[in-house]
Amino acid sequence: MSANGDALVTITIDGKEVKVASGELLIKVAQEHGTYIPRFCWHERMKPVGMCRMCLVEVEGVRGLPPACTTPVTDGMVVHTTTPQVRKVQDGVLELLLINHPLDCPVCDRGGECPLQDTTLAFGPGESRFVEEKRHWEKPIPVSDLVLLDRERCIQCARCTRFADEIAGDPLISFGERGGYTEITTFPDEPFASYFSGNTVQVCPVGALTAQPYRFKARPWDLDAAETSCLTCAVQCRGALESASNQLVRLLGVDSDPVNQGWLCDKGRYGYEAINAENRVRYPMVRKSTGADGSPGELVECSWPEALDAVADGIQRALDLNGPRSVALIGGARGTNEDAYAWARLAKGVLRTDNVDAQLGDGLPAAVALGLPHALINDLDTAAAIVLLGPDLKEELPVLYLRVKKAAVEAGVPLIEIAPRDTGLSRYASARLRPLPGEQADTARKLAAAINGTPSANADIDAAAALLVGRDGDLVVVLGRGDLAESADVTVGAAAALSIIENAKFLVALRRANVRGALELGLAPGFLPGRATLDTGRDHFVNEWGGVPEEVGLDALGIFSAAAEGRIHALILAGSDPINDCPDRALARNAIMASGFVVAIDTFLTESSKRADVFLPASIWGEKTGTITNLEGRVQRVAQKVSPDGTAMPDWRIAAELAARLGVEFDLESADEVTEEIARVAPAFVGLDMSLLRRARDGAVIPIASFPDEIHLGRAGVALQGASWDPILPSPEVVPEDTDDNSDLHSIVVSVSPAVQLHEWDGASPQLSTPARDAYALRLIVGRTLYDGGTWTMASPSLSPLVPESVLLVNPQDRDRIGVADGESVRVATGRGSIASRVRGDLATPIGTAFMAFNLPGPGAADLVDATLSVTDIRVESIR
Amino acid sequence: MSAVETRIITKRIRDREEDSWTIDGALASGAYEGLKKAFTIGRDAIGQEQVKASGLRGRGGGGFPTATKWSFLPEASFPRYLVINADEGEPSTFKDRMLLEADPHQLIEGIAIAAFAIECNLAFLYLRGEFALGYERLVDAIAAAHAKGFLGSNILGSGFDLEIVVHRGAGAYICGEETALLESLEGERGMPRIRPPFPANEGLYAKPTVVNNVETISSLPHIILMGGEEYGKLGVNRSTGTRVFSLSGHVKRPGNYEVELGITFRDLLYSPELGGGIREDRAVKFFIPGGASSQWLIGSDEHLDAPLDMDYVQETFGVMLGSGAVMVYDETVNPVLVAWRLAKFFSHESCGKCTPCREGTGWIEKVLFRIVNGHGRRQDLDMLFDVCESISPGVMNAPFTQTTICSLGPSVVSCIASLQQYFRDEVLAMCAGPALIPVSAS
Repeated sequence: MSANGDALVTITIDGKEVKVASGELLIKVAQEHGTYIPRFCWHERMKPVGMCRMCLVEVEGVRGLPPACTTPVTDGMVVHTTTPQVRKVQDGVLELLLINHPLDCPVCDRGGECPLQDTTLAFGPGESRFVEEKRHWEKPIPVSDLVLLDRERCIQCARCTRFADEIAGDPLISFGERGGYTEITTFPDEPFASYFSGNTVQVCPVGALTAQPYRFKARPWDLDAAETSCLTCAVQCRGALESASNQLVRLLGVDSDPVNQGWLCDKGRYGYEAINAENRVRYPMVRKSTGADGSPGELVECSWPEALDAVADGIQRALDLNGPRSVALIGGARGTNEDAYAWARLAKGVLRTDNVDAQLGDGLPAAVALGLPHALINDLDTAAAIVLLGPDLKEELPVLYLRVKKAAVEAGVPLIEIAPRDTGLSRYASARLRPLPGEQADTARKLAAAINGTPSANADIDAAAALLVGRDGDLVVVLGRGDLAESADVTVGAAAALSIIENAKFLVALRRANVRGALELGLAPGFLPGRATLDTGRDHFVNEWGGVPEEVGLDALGIFSAAAEGRIHALILAGSDPINDCPDRALARNAIMASGFVVAIDTFLTESSKRADVFLPASIWGEKTGTITNLEGRVQRVAQKVSPDGTAMPDWRIAAELAARLGVEFDLESADEVTEEIARVAPAFVGLDMSLLRRARDGAVIPIASFPDEIHLGRAGVALQGASWDPILPSPEVVPEDTDDNSDLHSIVVSVSPAVQLHEWDGASPQLSTPARDAYALRLIVGRTLYDGGTWTMASPSLSPLVPESVLLVNPQDRDRIGVADGESVRVATGRGSIASRVRGDLATPIGTAFMAFNLPGPGAADLVDATLSVTDIRVESIR
Repeated sequence: MSAVETRIITKRIRDREEDSWTIDGALASGAYEGLKKAFTIGRDAIGQEQVKASGLRGRGGGGFPTATKWSFLPEASFPRYLVINADEGEPSTFKDRMLLEADPHQLIEGIAIAAFAIECNLAFLYLRGEFALGYERLVDAIAAAHAKGFLGSNILGSGFDLEIVVHRGAGAYICGEETALLESLEGERGMPRIRPPFPANEGLYAKPTVVNNVETISSLPHIILMGGEEYGKLGVNRSTGTRVFSLSGHVKRPGNYEVELGITFRDLLYSPELGGGIREDRAVKFFIPGGASSQWLIGSDEHLDAPLDMDYVQETFGVMLGSGAVMVYDETVNPVLVAWRLAKFFSHESCGKCTPCREGTGWIEKVLFRIVNGHGRRQDLDMLFDVCESISPGVMNAPFTQTTICSLGPSVVSCIASLQQYFRDEVLAMCAGPALIPVSAS
């Protein structure tokens, strides 16, 4: 039996007998056993179409030449791939593919890494007999804001159209015309506005599709690649990051089976542009008063020692005058595990403050996020059902959206969506439950009861529970903050209700890139690195660090409230921008204004960091090595591909420098040493040292003793060098000689045990009273859009034009009741504030609610939300 | 054998030119009697007894035995669909059009018999979009048949239900290919599917499906009425019954003629009742015996005296009777011009799905156009022939294989193979002039 349980059959390929799983496609098994059959249209992650005819082979007993990409293997099959007849046909197909191909390779982005070039060299006729006029088309034409199409180069393999349809679920490109004039086309007035459009460029076997950000930027032979993971969101897709002349120019998706399966979203793929941005801050700055007028002065460039001394002085003064409770640290979720650990050690081990939070009031409590039974992304495919209780995954965690969609469409896993309004996954959901914001917990409770056998009075909920009847497997709950206008307690209550279901496992869908890593490494009140609490880990960390905070501190909202009241005297912003990222902007702004001393460790001057007293420039993704932890708890390595322009340093080094100035020597010289310290000190990370990380191709899931099967040593299969159009397979840095034998490793891994009992959530949720909505108000739903006013998006020239304009979406009935037409302006008011906004009718938003996207440029939802309230009700009136 | 028409499925059309398509005209000439008999002899007796005994083979071009095709349906898998291929698009084929326009009731009766035999309650008729009159008459006839109880629920008290959906095509030749037709019916772009799975197992909407041609289905009432064995006595060898031949080109009397299989091409072309001879009594230079996709025959005695026997012409000359369209060209015709026009058609109609057809048809058309315009090179014919080898390896050795998904690509090869076989000298003579493009290209 094979790994996936199919029967094995014996087939002969070019005289070599191999045993393979029955029913697998011939083209795939041949490649796995060392025989590469040329192809253009076939892609392992898509359904075969047999269009290009490049993979025709001879099969004894079969008339004609069957395509290897549509032929499943059967026992006793005898295959020939190099006979004169096959060679003649390969010559013929290639000659035909080339007759209308422009052969403008010297100016083509694909030239040098082009599958058509490579295949022609390996299998083609050498020269063409075609002397007629080639077909001509206007070119290039944009099919979306990011992708351009050269129809003359296209060889009609349908990889892009199949990707858009089968994988992305955005069938916005299609074939038009026919015969020799077959062309890829969009529909009238509908651009290929897919969040995943960049994948079509990667899978294109020629230079027909090119990406605006990469077009003409480099030649493939000048590129140097490093395998890494994307740090745009918490899925942390595997990628190959490429640079030329110390400039990042491209990120390609790597086919990591447990994570992204080869795909990237466009935000992740093209976000590297921000790293090269003109307005990156390259040198430290301190605020210097210009005169005697008492004005706070301006941020001016200075040396690192001057800046670090200023920071140490400011913090020391706060500690001396007001004690550890007057110091707080916000952020740390955008860097590496090493950064997070170093910040945690600085804050908790050196400064002894527990006022630390990697989130900004826009996430979930660490106790919940870390303490629930965790699911893996791959569990989606085998789940009994998937409960979606959280954000619109398509907007926040796009590749997780692809994985959920795949589980629903290909594996037939029922989706039960609990969301206040329609999301990108609604059309694939088997049940759509639409509680009013603030009332999810009630719906979740009823659903859990119905699944456990007690029907509710609600037919929709009972129908949703019935979807699980007769299905084996876990119930995977995708849990996140679906609505930033309501308190996190609402989601916590719903999570508690669902956690009583047997076999319920949770994928905590928090969005910020390394938020899971930051929480796991102690950047949350009440926690120490490695999923230890302040109580359980106290002795261990006192031993390791010399000391920990006395008492549990404040979370972000608590810190902001305390700061606004003048109780925070030193505030460290570690890569965070509370004024734009906290759902309650007024609270965050007041906090920063009222904090005595503000340090920003950041990459750009943001609304928050421009108000700092000292600005320390940090190096970012692509400029530093380390490890990161994705939303399922998978730890993988990130690579440094370029050196930072200027003098930016990684956060962990900045933290170590500050610690040294405050009297504690971390004794850490490299990121690898930090990784080793984490593996030694942090209980959940025990055993996850550099030696293992260098060998494990898909990283490892923490705690490793619980997930030994997630560790794979060695390459995933036959890697195709430079063929970025085929799945690029993950490859560890060190390939063990005997890659088949993982048994020793497993026994070692499962025997690793943490020094401290890992935190588990007791399901305690705060009692919540949600006020009734009065008849004149609409209940506000605040969610994110993929392209928002975030620092990175705005700093990426290709992505910033895609940020939509802020608009208030209401049900058309409510719009008519307000008495306005689509596009007109309204005044939106809450107890917190009032803004003007355009309004539009939207059937996806239920009656009585209104939707506004978070963090778009200009006044917006954050000006309306009062974080101390459980929900946000708005008054909307026309201002014609 | 007599070189006259044997009118079975065209009998009503010829006898009642004034009203053959109306329900009254049809009923007055025996329509739906076959259906009544079918109900009395029972489901099992139709396919595997009567139709099998008749030796009926598909009239759309493939010539596959109808009873065998039906027998491929997996047992106890429902629903099943019957799809009528009325997308008659093969150049110079115009028999189905006549059958549709002039005798829709015969077709509806045949559909009902076939559907009853294969236990199908929903039939689809994919109609060539250009058949405006045929569409009108078909829709009217279906309504009339409904009114008389020949369609709908519990037909003639048999307990059998049937509805027919008429779908008009949008003008693509490829949609006459059965799997492309199914794609088109489902609302997808008309492109052939990879087989397997075959339509009998996974056809329309992934359900077991039989696709039959209009003429095939129109024959069923007569097979039931005559008895399959009796029908099978008509014709010759495995080519039983009659077929409607669409005779066109340089004959004196072009048109549709229903003849018993087994008469010769000479009978068809020259009989005073049929083709009536060649215009101005010239000699036949060549003719295309089975639609534009077939390889050609020439005006030799060997070819003219060959019988209309599907297997004989296939085995002897490598040509097919195909869709039953015979195009005749007299001695004044330049065969390269004909080849170019055919290649232009196939190039225009290639769906674009697979490489050899998409690119090959266009290339061949361009080269022929150049030759026709006096810029041929001496190597062009052999080069074309070699390009054809990339579409149909072993093109001269029937049955040849193909590198394409469907048989549209190999269709363009036929004219090149025929030029190579019969008119090589004539083509080379055309290529003797000074070429305007480099001849050095190998």
